[in-house]
Amino acid sequence: MTPAPTSPQLLIDLHEVSVRFGATLALDRVNLALRRGERLALVGANGSGKSTLLRLLHGLVDSTGLRETHRLEPEQRAPVAAMLFQRPFLISLSVRWNVLLGLWLRGVPRAQREARCREALRRVGLEGQAARPARELSGGQQQRLALARAWALQPDILLLDEPTASLDPSAKREVEALIAEVGRDGPTMVMATHNLGQAKQLATRVVYLEGGRLVVDLPVERFFNESLPHEAAQFLKGELPWA
Amino acid sequence: MPGIDMQMIAYRQRAGGHPQCAAAPRIDGRSAMTTIVESLQLALRLILAVDAELLHIVGLSLRVSLSACAIGALIGLLAGAWLAVARFPGHAILVWLVNTLLALPSVVVGLVVYLLLSRSGPLGSWGILFTPKAMVVAQSILVVPLIAALTRRLVLDGLRDGGDQLRSMGAGPLTTALLMLLHERLGAVTILLTAFGRAVSEVGAVMVVGGNILGVTRVMTTAIALETAKGDLPLALALGIVLLGVVGLVNLLIGWLQPRGAVVREVWA
Repeated sequence: MTPAPTSPQLLIDLHEVSVRFGATLALDRVNLALRRGERLALVGANGSGKSTLLRLLHGLVDSTGLRETHRLEPEQRAPVAAMLFQRPFLISLSVRWNVLLGLWLRGVPRAQREARCREALRRVGLEGQAARPARELSGGQQQRLALARAWALQPDILLLDEPTASLDPSAKREVEALIAEVGRDGPTMVMATHNLGQAKQLATRVVYLEGGRLVVDLPVERFFNESLPHEAAQFLKGELPWA
Repeated sequence: MPGIDMQMIAYRQRAGGHPQCAAAPRIDGRSAMTTIVESLQLALRLILAVDAELLHIVGLSLRVSLSACAIGALIGLLAGAWLAVARFPGHAILVWLVNTLLALPSVVVGLVVYLLLSRSGPLGSWGILFTPKAMVVAQSILVVPLIAALTRRLVLDGLRDGGDQLRSMGAGPLTTALLMLLHERLGAVTILLTAFGRAVSEVGAVMVVGGNILGVTRVMTTAIALETAKGDLPLALALGIVLLGVVGLVNLLIGWLQPRGAVVREVWA
């Protein structure tokens, strides 16, 4: 397969990278270049390695092979990455404290934290819930809070691991709209999803994974219009059995 | 407690025993029931009479056990959180050791602390043997493995849910573990209550290093052991009921201090 057209700056470069969990080979010699401003969708069946690839891009798993993170040009600093998980983990504190905690962990100066927290909560529509215990929020609100927590960091790379998979249709639409809004702010986005509609709508490039191998890597319009390898074509038609 | 002694003499005479008899009275099914009823009445009288000696014993019990738990919490919570995330050669052996020490007999702790603090021991110069300080040291040693082992398990369970997410936010291993402890603070309070229960109810260690000296190192459990040895079973049982009541009150107080009484609900759920 022909690799996708490239944006100017390389952010993360994976070369022949493998990840193994005990006897399981979760990723098998993956080559991937993530460029600034891209919106990359990772698709594939359950167990294909999408979440592992996201965690690898974030540096959360050990790997063999070459994984390089490049400094931003012209800022001359390492890119800030934030990740949104399928089921957000919120500390048993208030909504406000969950966002402030994320800022503290990233070393954001104290003077900026309160303003950034307020702005992030306002953007996801939770400013009125700031004092409420985070764990008492509904599923959709919890995901919006997790998005606010990520947003407040002003990330250069936003990694999304099936962020709407466990939400009801209404909450799903809300979160999708917010993700699209975050995307307009310009961060590089990588999203693992089962939802091809979501990939089509939000991504500029699609990667198809199968059994830990990267099989297809194409711009979004080519992915949905060109003929693909057999398994990828089956997945596209919704005919692939659950792994 | 002269009033109580008179009641006990009357009780023994009714039971057919000698008032000064040192051996335990023979207890059949009916008299066992009487003992329990007498004990409940005695416990109530002891509390209502606000006996000075009893107050001293209860106060010392609480001071010693709460101090030991505070020291144990400082060491045990940190050690448990660290053991949950640290990886180094010998880690598995250390975890095994901490888990094994959960079954540490209190009398063995007492013996070890006695040897350390005795005049010829390495810490003999401290001069704290047969003082409440020695009892605090012994009970601290007793509760540290308990707090550490349960904290490690609590943090590990939490990490399974949110460890990756905290790390993805930039938290290092120890920060992740401590945040998890903050997240599971109700569980941590339950662990500390368990440790307090273990400390306040043990008798072996405080007996060996404290010596059960009236007015100096006599606590509830050593008083109970003494009355049992003297044959005053109802008084011993009454003191046991008071001890249980005191622990129950401490638990309630801690629960009340938590926002919205969440701990009380959690512990009693």
